[in-house]
Amino acid sequence: MSESILKLAKEGLWSNNIVFSQSIALCPLLAVTGTATNGLGMGLATTAVLMACNALISHGRELIPPEIRIPVFVVLIAMIVTLVDMAMNAWLHELHKVLGLFIPLIVTNCAILGRAEAYASRKPPAYALVDGLMMGLGFTLALVVLGAAREIAGSGTLFANASQLLGQSFAWLDTQVIPEYRGFLLMALPPGGFLMLGFILAGKKILDKRLAQRPIKATAIERSLAENI
Amino acid sequence: MIVPNRENLRRLAGDQWQKLRRQFDDLEALRRRLDYQTYLLAACALIASLLLGIGDLATQGAIARRQAEDLRATLGQVLPPALYDNDVLSNPKLISSAGEATGFDPTEVYLAKKDGEVTAAAFKVLASGGYAGPLTLMLGVDRDGHILGVRVIAHAETPGLGDKVETAKSDWILKFTGRSLDNTSPQGWRVKKDGGDFDQFAGATITPRAVVGGVQGGLKFFERHRQALLAATD
Repeated sequence: MSESILKLAKEGLWSNNIVFSQSIALCPLLAVTGTATNGLGMGLATTAVLMACNALISHGRELIPPEIRIPVFVVLIAMIVTLVDMAMNAWLHELHKVLGLFIPLIVTNCAILGRAEAYASRKPPAYALVDGLMMGLGFTLALVVLGAAREIAGSGTLFANASQLLGQSFAWLDTQVIPEYRGFLLMALPPGGFLMLGFILAGKKILDKRLAQRPIKATAIERSLAENI
Repeated sequence: MIVPNRENLRRLAGDQWQKLRRQFDDLEALRRRLDYQTYLLAACALIASLLLGIGDLATQGAIARRQAEDLRATLGQVLPPALYDNDVLSNPKLISSAGEATGFDPTEVYLAKKDGEVTAAAFKVLASGGYAGPLTLMLGVDRDGHILGVRVIAHAETPGLGDKVETAKSDWILKFTGRSLDNTSPQGWRVKKDGGDFDQFAGATITPRAVVGGVQGGLKFFERHRQALLAATD
């Protein structure tokens, strides 16, 4: 199991990342990544939903016939998202005020239906849960990276209002990266999200290419990792 | 009359249960049956509705409390605490057929009272004509029709441009304090670009224009219902 956890983590965070590799779920991505804080909140909420959906669907995978799997998945996902929305509104009200608009949007996140279809409906619950966690963390990573890049370029701050999301003890995250910055509005608007996503995707492609050019070293590292496990 | 034999009934139920259980032994065949698929979908929908119902029951009290807290916080910003000694939230007065003036029908007017006398009123106004839909304003007005405070409660304006109507971003909205229909002419109730008294933002005229129009509409609404509101008693 531990070896496959490593594999699932690698896939979710890097090689099969929802945003950077599969290029899906871009609608919520572009909508919320004006700041790194919003990205983090949305990513964590999506991770919770993804794990719950994967676990639930994996448990019922023997019972669900392929002909009606899509409507069943949609009903289950919509139910979980609505429950998360209500629970957040009741018990995490400050966070809900910041993210409230975007929580119902999680329903339309095709990544969740995609993981249910591609992974959870074929694998046992423990694996599906880990897959949900890793894919969710990969999505969170993408949201935070994009949000941070847009926030620094757009307003010169990083993790603005982090204390609203994480509590007063995280107020130190809120930093002014570029002092006296006059702001770059385009980056705060959705087109800026597309532009920044393009730069990040290009950067990842270059990095992947560099890594592929050193195949011997890469496999050597992986082999030694596997032996350690 | 047939007396139901308990032993027989139990055996019958047991047989049925065994039959049902046996069907689940061959999941492959069961999954292909149309009636099974129908029941499964119905069962999923039923369970989902049940859980949502339970979830709603569990959270609705807490959600209502949180929303009341939010409303109280906004009211505290537009009504100076010195003006009232009653629970403003407890007994809002409903003014109907005010839809064209405030955007709400009926409009809930929260009355601030001191020693049983109405000193000020606060109500929500929907300012139409924003860049991305209407803005919801909370307006506080004293008994003579002077503005005590205006706050934008909800909006979808462009971040970095139109969102300067928030107090967190700019103090523009504080400039309304003290204004009334008497001390500002109808011509004055416009942004400077249109020949009025109020600044627009650099690069954003539509949002301030909508807010100015909404505030003026709210004052007109108060003027029309002033006698009825001031005479209100518990």
